[in-house]
Amino acid sequence: MSTISLAPLTPDQPLDLPSRGRVGMLSLIIGESAIFTIFVVAYVFYIGKSLYGPTPAQVLEVPIFNTVCLLSSSFFIWLAEGSIEKNRMRRFLLWWSTTICLGIVFLVGTAREWLKLIYHDGLTIRTNLFGTTFYSLVGLHATHVVVGLLMLLLVLVFTLTGHVKESHTERIQVLALYWHFVDAVWVVVFTVVYIIGR
Amino acid sequence: MADQVLTIPDSLNVSSRQITDETFLERLHDWVVTVDHKKLGILYVLYSVFFLFVAGAEALCIRIQLLRAHNHFLSAAVFNRFFTMHGTTMVFLVGMPILFGFANYLIPLMIGARDMAFPRLNAFSFWLTAFGGLLLYFSFIGGFGLYGVGSAPDVGWFAYAPLTARAFSPGHSTDYWALALIVSGFGTLGTAINIIATVLSMRCRGMTLWRMPLFAWLMFVVSGLTLITITPLTAAQIMLLIDRYLGGHFFDTQAGGSAVVWMHFFWIFGHPEVYVLVMPAFAIANEIIPVFSRKAIFGYPAMVAASAAIAFVSLGVWAHHMFTVGMTSVSNAFFTLSTMLVGVPTGIKIFNWLATMWGGRIRFATPMLFCTGFLFQFLLAGLTGIMLSVSPLDWQLHNSYFVIAHFHYVLVGAIVFNIFAAIYYWYPKATGRMLGETLGKWHFWLFLIGFHITFDTMHFLGFMGMPRSIYTFEPDRGWDRLNMIVSIGGFIQGIAVLIFAVNLVWSYYRGQPAGDDPWDAWTLEWTTSSPPPEYNFATEPVVRSRRPLWDLKHPEDPDWRYEQ
Repeated sequence: MSTISLAPLTPDQPLDLPSRGRVGMLSLIIGESAIFTIFVVAYVFYIGKSLYGPTPAQVLEVPIFNTVCLLSSSFFIWLAEGSIEKNRMRRFLLWWSTTICLGIVFLVGTAREWLKLIYHDGLTIRTNLFGTTFYSLVGLHATHVVVGLLMLLLVLVFTLTGHVKESHTERIQVLALYWHFVDAVWVVVFTVVYIIGR
Repeated sequence: MADQVLTIPDSLNVSSRQITDETFLERLHDWVVTVDHKKLGILYVLYSVFFLFVAGAEALCIRIQLLRAHNHFLSAAVFNRFFTMHGTTMVFLVGMPILFGFANYLIPLMIGARDMAFPRLNAFSFWLTAFGGLLLYFSFIGGFGLYGVGSAPDVGWFAYAPLTARAFSPGHSTDYWALALIVSGFGTLGTAINIIATVLSMRCRGMTLWRMPLFAWLMFVVSGLTLITITPLTAAQIMLLIDRYLGGHFFDTQAGGSAVVWMHFFWIFGHPEVYVLVMPAFAIANEIIPVFSRKAIFGYPAMVAASAAIAFVSLGVWAHHMFTVGMTSVSNAFFTLSTMLVGVPTGIKIFNWLATMWGGRIRFATPMLFCTGFLFQFLLAGLTGIMLSVSPLDWQLHNSYFVIAHFHYVLVGAIVFNIFAAIYYWYPKATGRMLGETLGKWHFWLFLIGFHITFDTMHFLGFMGMPRSIYTFEPDRGWDRLNMIVSIGGFIQGIAVLIFAVNLVWSYYRGQPAGDDPWDAWTLEWTTSSPPPEYNFATEPVVRSRRPLWDLKHPEDPDWRYEQ
């Protein structure tokens, strides 16, 4: 038999493998995106199919301030990621806290919006199809904001106790990925609920 | 085979069953708190085998009820609960956990890793899945208490709206169904994430993606598919719970909601789910057929590409479950064609397996027998699938026993056969003992005969117009004799599975010691001892080809000389 001398890849070098944290978080994000897709599809499908009011055009106001807060928080968490990479812990603390504050402002804004919708406009989840799909979709997103905030707060507590170090950069960045995802989903939810659906 | 002496650098001299003086409680504690992928894999498999018996018993009760016209074994209500629980259990508590159990046990061993990427997430996922199953079965005694069979779900495994609305499903039976599946769905999602991260980030030196065993490749594809398949079901079930508990209107036709939307959401999950179940069966065949044909797998890249193609196409075929709903002719044509398209990559796989066997020195040990049965039955299942994809024919046959026969040909004839093959093949690795060959042959032949008596006959019942999910039928329909035959076949399968159970237990204590590499195989899991030590490999293995163990056994003619 003729031997084909092919130089085999030298197996002694370790493979250049992606970080498992990043891969895991990206997989979670793909899965979560599928959940949101179903809710968004349901929302879009049911636009204008409510048999009785109130309709989105009558009661919804575009939450510009809220949106600016949430989307800018993505920028601040990005600054925080950069700071911890360069071991500037005080700056990290500052940007991280800013992110959390902006997230809380967003939640408070949502709460005020819902309060108005429920008590002033009389729109609850059982009022009509619009109420059902609106509270489900926006509520699903808000739930993700809450979960994200809880994790951010946990990191904040550990930072204040001095446990978060430069060596945790990658974990912080993996967590930040989730926050970026929550913000990106808001772009979709905002477009569908407040622009297309209104 | 086993007498071949090999010096495998990575295996340690660990006795096949360590003698320990741990008490029962200590051992139980070990298994409950474990994060070891091998123990979790075994837990998954045992859990699924247990539910296989439970759901099998439900199927036999259904078959006793349908033995003859106007039988009174089960009441109509109990019959509905039994077929719902049979389907739900087999898909969610047997099919998925057992296949993920194999992935858990084997992938780290096959890619030369010491554990999964996230061992604690792994344990968490298993216990979520386990509690999901317990919750589902708690419905028999929970809810409104134990009247006869309590309040188990009775809405069919696809739970069509508006039957699931509060008005038509009072009580908690449907809630048990939705909640149990949400819980076990999160477990499945966790395992899928874990498998993806393990395959991408935990491979040993030299294990490039193109040298990975096909088993790991296919489980990777399946996990990716699971990420976007299980989650729509979770979303739809959250909507269902919103409807039932908060008074929402998603599927409430009286407030403008749509029942058809539920069908779409369910089958967007439901059809790719079939591929989530069947591709691990392909993965098993990819490992077993080459080893028992004594040839390397034919067309490795084509196998990978075909798997990815099946995963991709499977996302666009769901509405072939809905031809009878009344869609536009464009939708009908689209879903007919996309469904037929699945046949192309699947056909490539069948030809590759045949080409692997062609000219090989085939050893018909029990695992190979089951895989051969799989090949034959999966081909037939695919052909009836192509028949059903033709929408006009589907209008005639939909929801008849023909459909039941078709998908049981896939789920039993392909998937369960390969699950049995996998258990016979890897049992020696997990326990250190071989499963009995004689009992194995009895198991195979009885199961094969029972399978064909049952499911071949069901096709004819479908042609004769017998619909699915009916608890009895009129004697003048001419279905009597065939139903009797179907039921007899079911009992033959039941006997075969009992033989299997006896074999599992008997071989654990009395089976032949297996040695590290009883089948003369080629992948990394056979380089460690049987059972493997907790750390899998004492030193990290180094791989230079797709068949690292072949290279070790045949240094004069290693694979890496030909692979690139």
